[in-house]
Amino acid sequence: MNDPVDGPGPGPVAPDSETPAGEPGSIPGGADAGNSPAQLAEASGPDPQASLMTRITTGNGMVSVLAILLSLIVGAILIAATDERVTEASSYFFARPMDLLGAVWTSVSEAYVALFRSSIFNTQADGFANAIYPLTETLTDATPLILAGLGVALAFRASLFNIGGQGQIIVGALLAGWVGFTLDLPAGIHLILAMVAGIIGGALWGGIAGVLKARRGAHEVIVTIMLNYIALYFLLYLLTTPGFQRPGSNNPISPNIDSSAAYPLIFGSGFRLHYGFVVALAAVAFVWWLLNRSTTGFELRAVGANPLAARTAGINVSKAYITAMVVAGALAGLAGTAQISGTERALSSDIAASFGFDAITVALLGRSKPMGTLFAGLLFGALRAGGVGMQSNTGIPIDIVLVVQSFIVLFIAAPPLVQAIFRINTGKKKSKTTTARTAGTGGAA
Amino acid sequence: MSTATTTPSAGVTSVGTAHRNWSTPMVLAVLALVALLGFAIGSPSATARFRISTDHDAIKVPDVMLGTTLVGWIGAILLLGLAAYSFRLTSRRATAPKWLVPAFAAIWVIAFLVWVIGSANNPNVYFSGLIAGSFTLAIPLIFGSLSGVLCERTGVINIAIEGQLLAGAFGAAVVGSITQSLLAGVLAAVVASMLVSAVLAVFSIKYMVNQIIVGVVLNVLVAGLTSFLFSTVMKADTALFNSPPSFHNIRIPGLADIPVFGPIFFDQTILGYGMYVAVFLVWFGLFKTRWGLRVRAVGEHPQAADTVGIRVKAIRFSNVLLAGVVAGLGGAFFTLVTSSSFSKEMTAGQGFIALAAMIFGRWNPIGAFFASLLFGFSLNLSFVLSILGTPVPNQFMQMLPYIVTIFAVAGLAGKSRPPASNGVAYVKE
Amino acid sequence: MKLELRGITKKFGSFTANDNIDVVVEDSQVHSLLGENGAGKSTLMNVLFGLYEATSGQVLIDDRPVSFNGPGDAMAAGIGMVHQHFMLVPVFTVAENVALGDEATKAAGILDLEATRRKIREISEQFGFHVDPDAIVEDLPVGVQQRVEIIKALVRDARILILDEPTAVLTPQETDELLSIIGQLRDNGTSVVFISHKLREVKAVSDVITVIRRGRVVGKAEPEASASELASLMVGREVNLALGKEDATPGEETFRVEHLNVVAPTGQVLLDDISFGVRQGEILAVAGVQGNGQTELTQAIMGLMDQATGRVMLEGENLLGRSVKSIINSGVGFVPEDRSTDGLVSTFTVAENLVLNQYDRAPYARGLNMRPAVINRNAEDKVEEYDIRTQSGQSNAGTLSGGNQQKVVMARELSRPLKLFIASQPTRGVDVGSVEFLHRRILAERDGGTPVLIVSTELDEVAELADRIAVLYKGSLVGIVPGDTPREVLGLMMAGSSAAEAGATPLPEATDQGSGAAAANPNQEEESGNE
Repeated sequence: MNDPVDGPGPGPVAPDSETPAGEPGSIPGGADAGNSPAQLAEASGPDPQASLMTRITTGNGMVSVLAILLSLIVGAILIAATDERVTEASSYFFARPMDLLGAVWTSVSEAYVALFRSSIFNTQADGFANAIYPLTETLTDATPLILAGLGVALAFRASLFNIGGQGQIIVGALLAGWVGFTLDLPAGIHLILAMVAGIIGGALWGGIAGVLKARRGAHEVIVTIMLNYIALYFLLYLLTTPGFQRPGSNNPISPNIDSSAAYPLIFGSGFRLHYGFVVALAAVAFVWWLLNRSTTGFELRAVGANPLAARTAGINVSKAYITAMVVAGALAGLAGTAQISGTERALSSDIAASFGFDAITVALLGRSKPMGTLFAGLLFGALRAGGVGMQSNTGIPIDIVLVVQSFIVLFIAAPPLVQAIFRINTGKKKSKTTTARTAGTGGAA
Repeated sequence: MSTATTTPSAGVTSVGTAHRNWSTPMVLAVLALVALLGFAIGSPSATARFRISTDHDAIKVPDVMLGTTLVGWIGAILLLGLAAYSFRLTSRRATAPKWLVPAFAAIWVIAFLVWVIGSANNPNVYFSGLIAGSFTLAIPLIFGSLSGVLCERTGVINIAIEGQLLAGAFGAAVVGSITQSLLAGVLAAVVASMLVSAVLAVFSIKYMVNQIIVGVVLNVLVAGLTSFLFSTVMKADTALFNSPPSFHNIRIPGLADIPVFGPIFFDQTILGYGMYVAVFLVWFGLFKTRWGLRVRAVGEHPQAADTVGIRVKAIRFSNVLLAGVVAGLGGAFFTLVTSSSFSKEMTAGQGFIALAAMIFGRWNPIGAFFASLLFGFSLNLSFVLSILGTPVPNQFMQMLPYIVTIFAVAGLAGKSRPPASNGVAYVKE
Repeated sequence: MKLELRGITKKFGSFTANDNIDVVVEDSQVHSLLGENGAGKSTLMNVLFGLYEATSGQVLIDDRPVSFNGPGDAMAAGIGMVHQHFMLVPVFTVAENVALGDEATKAAGILDLEATRRKIREISEQFGFHVDPDAIVEDLPVGVQQRVEIIKALVRDARILILDEPTAVLTPQETDELLSIIGQLRDNGTSVVFISHKLREVKAVSDVITVIRRGRVVGKAEPEASASELASLMVGREVNLALGKEDATPGEETFRVEHLNVVAPTGQVLLDDISFGVRQGEILAVAGVQGNGQTELTQAIMGLMDQATGRVMLEGENLLGRSVKSIINSGVGFVPEDRSTDGLVSTFTVAENLVLNQYDRAPYARGLNMRPAVINRNAEDKVEEYDIRTQSGQSNAGTLSGGNQQKVVMARELSRPLKLFIASQPTRGVDVGSVEFLHRRILAERDGGTPVLIVSTELDEVAELADRIAVLYKGSLVGIVPGDTPREVLGLMMAGSSAAEAGATPLPEATDQGSGAAAANPNQEEESGNE
């Protein structure tokens, strides 16, 4: 976890062609091709943006770790501040100040221990299987996050902001689900067909944004946001029609998919973890290859970094935009398939949950790199799985997870802020090794 | 954007082609054909009844009865004519007059309305109520889109309108409830929304984090934070924390009785009247004052503004905060007017419709106003139609703002040009 | 008003753009700062104008030290600046642009543009500017936009006017008009700082000349100083204006452009019926003031212009209508005019940039798979061969200096067998050492038998490389003349005079093998093309 941003680097002489500055996710204003920092570079002197860019984009694992830590602290403050025991203890703070500290400690530690026990390892469970059950839940929740996160990350590398993961998941799940509960096919073929349908659905929905961007110059952020809502209302409409609504039900929910169209469970029926997770791991490898080793990825990255130079070098910019969005959508479509064929098994209005939006934060935390996205997806999967357990055990609403996620991304996006915070803290707190190190790098930056 | 000013500065679009643009006439033609096939040929041969007045109105206007066939044909022919005119203009490389697309849209909407009401099981609608309801739904959209205009005219993309509205709604509910004061509620809404603005400003202007990222994350953050506090604090004591007072309409006697227009202009809450004032002020400020000139210069060409001594970052910062004020008023509308309490994620994507309205309104306050009205109308119509029982599923009506916006950004409904430096952090060389 | 810069030093990180510079501009004086691109002139003026903060040093006005926190302060002190890239808001009117930052208002901050319009008309009349206050700036020609910039400064009562490379975008005619305006300004008591690297203009307009090289003042001169004296001061060594270049031994004409037209979507004609040919082993240089169709010409040949019509024939095949990739793959090397926007991906490594248009071909790729090892070995070779100063092939191209970036582009384009080589502004913003290196490479390519097309706005470069010179003016080919045509003649042609009017020596048919040599106008050129 310490350094999730680097690629696995298989060969001894393999270059890390994932140049840090190639991430649109971290470039200020990087989405606008006409304003690429390169263009601002003047012959008269070194580009003043370069130093800033390097600072932001070479943000190392340490900043990520500190950002996560800071965000958990913010979460802790919220948890403590809304805990009745803490409020009570603070009312007689001057009489017994230690009570307040104790209450805060109890409140926060209870919450985070519950979070840990529901996401990684349940120390109180009988038997190993039950103890690692939370970990399998984390992996289950991480599956759609990783897949959709890869979609967002891939598009980022082509300098496209794919805010449309939500819609792409919905349409992917829609088609996969339809195949799952309508067609009657042998096991295996049925699942593969459902996966293909999910890929097509997501690719189609992402492709619309890609085509409009490439052919009409329509800003993909706006288009994908709008497509999210169109997909949602389309789903809601379909769930009122005979082909999709569960027979005999008045609720907007579809029939269950056939078991032949479902992902098999990895550890048997006692666990929800399904082979969709393996698909997600395969997708990580695929996207890594695509971005770093394939000519297509070279084109995407070139177009993302400087579309004018790419075009001059004979790269088809329109095609690259469309390809990026189609593949990104396909990955989100697989996330939708993981939902419908893996965890949910029936279409409902909530099939995409908030995975499409979470995917954006996953990709940002993962710095738009496949391995980074994998680790970020696992982390957010853990937060999500742990959040559920925390809610049922301590009554703390799962929404706290959203808050922590948002703070992580905000802190990661602005390393100077993290460094500033920790520099201040070194003055106040007893110096810990981590803080001292950050202060050092902060001073050097 | 530091290049010579003769070249169009939209970096992204310059990569694409730039032939004669046939898309507007094509789209108009397709829509006109839809009107011909649907509203004229596919007319239900019924009579749509639009009630203008209710029994207790002081001024009575007779109901308007429109034959769907007649209106359908007249509409279709007019629309086909306009589409043909648009083709002729494009083939001559002439620019279309400003009224063309709005006129087309208005005729299409009227023809559609008559057709859809005529096709309903109960072809009878209270027109004044339909319009007044549309305005009510549009008010937060208008505030939201004005917030977008204020930000983006200075070159800061505001995806966080949704978060601003939600924060405003929450702030108004909590403080309004505790103090039982409407004024305090509105102020709290403004402050809460400004806090969102402040984060957007600090991250995008000071730390130069990509503005879209900040906006997206802020929406998630506000949703998470308000939901968390709703589930913990608010639910624990609803009476104390989530029972805000409500604004009442201020009827202007006499004028409020004017059919259709009375309820819109003369029977509103203070926030409703404030909306008109806000639209006017933003428009007047942007285009008639020194402040507006500077704001627009910063949004178009920040270097140029800097070289004449305008403090680019300060203007951006203050405008983003001002946007927070405006969005806060829109947020207050949710909990102090439309609903009597706060609920989780109660803005339900309206911030994105506001964003859409800003784009469809071409970054102009007046345009955003009318776009918001159109979207409010389509939302309200979807509610009304679901009661009347019509052939159009209400989900499709709810999709409309989003579809229209995609058409707008794809340049299929005329050219819209965002401020040139929108989304670009300003780095002093 | 007297302006003094005392010991100004400006550093960007470890790079020193200005090193202890002293300049004194007396009242009512035109003081030129002469120096190459990148010498630090613009940086110095940005310091003076309050856009940069000096690392050390002092600015004095009328012998009183001043300190500016921003351009506002500088303007208040009576300093006006016309930037190299105009600082005008394209969608605003002239009056709005002039008013911006110094707006007259009625009550409640309501704009009063009438006062501004009046002032614009006054100044317009005084200097013969012919500027309409209500015109939208983006619709105006470049020369007029520059006048708007000057008006902006004058409206603010500038007593010192800084003009940063003001003639780069002007025709010789417009340049002469500008020089006479500068004279008028001085006579009205305005001091002018004129920044340029063009000797002729500097000599014509200055009272005093300060020469800057590599961020330092290297000398002061009177305008009477000889051009070669100034040039050697500027570049820091003896400048041999007639560089030894072997005569071309042209072969077959394998590249021909025929009736090339480009019309913008607005209906504006960007290229008007251009026809010419280039023979193997010959350099044809396209001269002209920036913005007269050169960009469009190279882009049309490369397939980057969708609106081009006509024919672009390379070895009997028409390139027009083909994709950029297929044109590149058919053996056309292209160095675009702006390397940072069009030539390089600055966040890619040098190695990646060296295969930017070859990444999907053998040996760099096999199928969809790229071969990093091969790409890196290629980078090592090229870095050595072209003496590219970089830490390694894995450094980002953006970290290299302008000259080294240009070497990367040049190395990429010249390292495969070419049937045609096109270089646009091959040495713009490149240090002198690299210029020579790059020029030798281009000559080597010519001598290897490739037809070479060079586009340059620098007459020095044109003179140095060209075997023949084609002059473009407003999208039309004014004529094709011999490579040794005197620059005054070229200057006239660049302002639109035909070769005959300008007095160009017709190319003798015998030595030039009927390539339309004597082309005094495009029509003759076309006729000969049919031979």
